Formats: sequence, C-alpha cells, structure tokens
Amino acid sequence: MARIATSRHVAVSTVAAWLVGFLIFFPILWMVLASFKTELDAFAIPPKFLFFHWTTENYAAVQERSDYVHHALNSIIVAGGSTLIALLIAIPAAWSMAFSPTKRTKDVLLWMLSTKMMPPVGVLVPIYLIYRDFGLLDTLTGLVFILCLGNLPIVIWMLFTYFKEIPKDILEAARMDGATIGRELVYVLTPMAVPGLASTLLLNFILAWNEAFWTLNLSTLEAAPLTVFIASYSSPEGLFWAKLSAASTLAIAPILVLGWFSQRQLVRGLTFGAVK
Amino acid sequence: MAHTPELSPSQPSGSLHRMTAPALQPTETGTGTRQTQLLARMLLTPAVALLFIWMIVPLALTIYFSLLRYNLLDSESAQFVGFENFRYFLTDPAFLASLQNTLVLVGSVLGLTILLGIPLALLLDQPVIGRNIVRLMVIAPFFVMPTVSALIWKNLLMHPVSGLFAWIAKLFGAPPIDWFNDIPLFAIILIVSWQWLPFATLILLTALQSLDEEQKEAAEMDGAGALSTFIYITLPHLARPITVVILIETIFLLTVFAEIFVTTGGGPGLQTTNIAFLIYSQALIQYDVGGASAGGLVAVVIANIVAFFLVRIVGRNLEA
Repeated sequence: MARIATSRHVAVSTVAAWLVGFLIFFPILWMVLASFKTELDAFAIPPKFLFFHWTTENYAAVQERSDYVHHALNSIIVAGGSTLIALLIAIPAAWSMAFSPTKRTKDVLLWMLSTKMMPPVGVLVPIYLIYRDFGLLDTLTGLVFILCLGNLPIVIWMLFTYFKEIPKDILEAARMDGATIGRELVYVLTPMAVPGLASTLLLNFILAWNEAFWTLNLSTLEAAPLTVFIASYSSPEGLFWAKLSAASTLAIAPILVLGWFSQRQLVRGLTFGAVK
Repeated sequence: MAHTPELSPSQPSGSLHRMTAPALQPTETGTGTRQTQLLARMLLTPAVALLFIWMIVPLALTIYFSLLRYNLLDSESAQFVGFENFRYFLTDPAFLASLQNTLVLVGSVLGLTILLGIPLALLLDQPVIGRNIVRLMVIAPFFVMPTVSALIWKNLLMHPVSGLFAWIAKLFGAPPIDWFNDIPLFAIILIVSWQWLPFATLILLTALQSLDEEQKEAAEMDGAGALSTFIYITLPHLARPITVVILIETIFLLTVFAEIFVTTGGGPGLQTTNIAFLIYSQALIQYDVGGASAGGLVAVVIANIVAFFLVRIVGRNLEA
C-alpha cells in the first residue's frame, strides 16, 4: 500500500521537518533557557545560548516576590472546578441526546454550538456589572462559573460525539438481560465512555487554564489565575526577563505535558467532529 | 475511521424497542419508552436551561444598556437615548480604525497559518525519522497561554535592543526593527500566527492522513507528477478541513484580546486596537457602558455572520 520511500527522500524530509519543528518550538526553548540565566545574562548581547552561569534563583525569587503558588492554585481551582461542573451538567445531556435522540436533537446541538460563537466581548459589560453588583468580581466562584458556561457547549459536543460511537447493540443486549437504566449506566456505559470522558476533561482543562479574556477582566489579585499573574509582568518592562521566563515556564509546563497527551483528541474536540 | 452502521441513519430509539418487542410485554415496552424519553428530557433540561440563560440574559442586558447613556462612575445619571450610542460608535473614527485592524489581523493570521500550515502538514505527512517528536514541537505553541506567548515574544525576541531578533538583524548588518513602534500590528499578527499555526497544521495533517493512498498511487501510475497530484487530488481533499480551519480560527481571532492587552495596550495611537480591545477600553477604561454595549452588539453581529456558515458545515457533517 505505502509507497517505498527512498532513503534520500527520508533523509531530506527528516532534516526539513526537524528544522521547521525546531524553529517553531524555539521561542519556548529560548524562554526555558532564559529562566535559568541571571537577569544580566538574560538580556546580554550577544545572546548566551548554552554557556552561561546556570542558576535556579529565578524560580525561588518568583515564589518569594509574588506568591506564585497562590496563583497556581487559583488556576487549578478555576480550570479544574469549571471543567468538573461542566462535565456534571454535560454528561446527562450528551447521554440523553446520543441514546434517546428526538427530531429536535440536531437543532439543539447546533443551537448549543452557536452559543459558543458569541464573542465574549459582546457581553462583557452586563457580565461585569452583574459581577460587580453580586460581589463576584475577583472571586474564584465567579471565574469558575463563567468559564464553566463558556466551555459547556464544547464539553457537550465532545461527549456527544464519543457517546455516539458506543454501539447501541450492547445497550440493547444489557436491557434484554434485564439491566435497569441505572445498572446500564454504571456497568455498561461508563466503562466504555471512560476514554472519551478523559479526553474531554483534559482538553477543557487546558482551554480553561489558558483562558485569558474573562480572567483578565474579572479578576485582579485575590482570585487571579496564572494568566493574570503573568500579565502583571508586562508593566516593568525589561527588568525581570529571567523571572518572567521562570514564572512562564512554570505556568505552561504542566499544560504542555497534558496537551501533548491529548493532541490526538484535540482536532476532534476543537472542530466539533467536523474533521476526524 | 470506521463508521459503524448505527452511526449513519440515526435510528430513533423507538425502533430499537420495536425490534425487541416480541421478547417483551407490549405494555412494558410502551412505558419503558415513555419513561426513557421522559428521563432523557429531564437529563437534557439543566444544560439547555443554563445555556439559554447564558445566551439570553447578558445579550438582553447588552441591548438594554446600548440604548442608555450610562457612565459607570455615575450610575444615577443613566438615561434613555435611543440609538444615539450606535450612531456615535459607528461614526467614531476609532471604530473604523479598529474594524480595519480587526479585519487585517484576522485576514493576515488566516493567510499565514493556512499558507504555512499546508506545506508543514505535507512535510509531516512524509516519512520522517522521529516524527512524533517533531509533531510535539510543532503543536507546542498552541498550549502556551496567550499572556505568556505575547510577553515572551515582546521581551525576549522582539525587544529592539536586547531581543534575539535585534541581534540577528545586527549580524546581517541591518538596523534592528522596533517592532512595537514601527510595525505594531504586524508584530501582533506574528505572535498570534505562531499560536495558531499548530492548530491549522494539526487539522490539515489529520485530514491528509485520511486521504486514500491508493488514489494518489493510481494518479502517479497514470503519469501525474507530484505537482498535479497535489493540485487535483490533495488540495480538493483539503478543501473542507481548510474551510473548517478558517471558520474556527475566525471565531477566535475576532476577539483576540490578551495579546494586545499585555503588549501594546492598543497603541501606539489606535494602531493595534481591534474591536474587542476598543470595547474593553470603552467599558472599563472610559466607563462608557452605553457605547461599549453598542460596540458589543456590533461584534456579536459580525461573529454571527461567520457562525452562520460554520454551523451549517458542522450540521451537514452531523447527518453524514
């Protein structure tokens, strides 16, 4: 089936692919390197690529000066909380649409998708005012709530496409064996749905972790997740590059690892099943 | 991906029971179906209700506020002014400038990510030693939070004195570019394109991998060169994924915010203010609730035009 690749072909495409891959990855690599430099080395000209005084002092400094852990915890609570709540609401909904579809199911799905298309900036004003009046500005509750709503359509869609692929024959067989809906849910459906649930959870955790519109506009300090914390480095320009790099490396490292695991589901999740 | 039969002509749940009916008492089947349907509706309700409120309430409030003259600092003074805000917003030179910036930003990023994404996906589709590692490197920028990528590019790479690009320019004897003063919008376009190139590449690569190898082989046997194989077989196959990339990226790119917020703050002047940033600054810097709401509605209308097409494409796929 596959054409026989000549070794020259392999050599050329390997070199080209690695070169391009390295170029695209370079800004991240450069940031990680800078995080191990002293502030002086970080903006030395000519730049120091590998031969500089390696230090981990920036990582200690980031925690001491700006309470990194506090913001990291906020990120975990906001991303994790909003994803879990969205899953709790989405699982029954997706289950119902996948296994008991009606004539309107398709319309409901597309309508849900269309709520995701609303630009957040279009409703910034009322959300901000509501949050101000209810004392939700700069609170974790407020952020969890808004990110949960924002991602709910994607969560439902992803779960729906996964549930759709579970063969109905199996449910039928279970039903004929006298399984109740509850048992069917626990013993038949759940085990088969675990991979889909896991990748939905992962992708939405990543999206919520990186969300930088609502977090920037609705939180300042107390509830500020890492997106906002990093943004606070934008003002004292040029002075804290190594520390900015250390803080940034810490902020993206966990998500990069999770993201690499979920990359195959990413396409499906982000295109609403339009590309598989 | 193998499509199992139960996927394609979506069978209503009723038929499932009809098939098993001989094994069950008719009454049981009836109540079972009704119960299932009732349960299904109950399970669906919370999600639908929440999304409905989420869609209607803020939008209704935006419409309401857009008809008021309302300053955040002086909330007692709110008064009804009709379409005054729209007239003001739409004739404001800042609106035209930011609309233009938005279009340039969206268009350029779309162009860059697709024009670079196609060759990149083709390259990654070749036999490459260590392809998985290259894939990881290419996809990485997509997972970097926007505030981080913007600040890293601004300070470590594009800084006119100590940035890496300035050093490279000097190596070639060229004067360093002061990115955020001389070509600020282009600088933002570069950063955003770097973030979205992985997305375009990954989707195009996924599509390429589902392309029938035999079809290409047949074309080559018939004497088609690499170029004509690409133009007549590969490219048509990519048409749909490219459309999907364009639509989804547009939805997100219309509201690029964090990258502008942490690098230029919309400036210098209005050079990097897009619609999203203009509305933000009108609401939370100038405290003009009415004007910002009118702007918000304009943004909703623009996004809806794009959404209309995207929903149609996704909907078509739902039946297939």
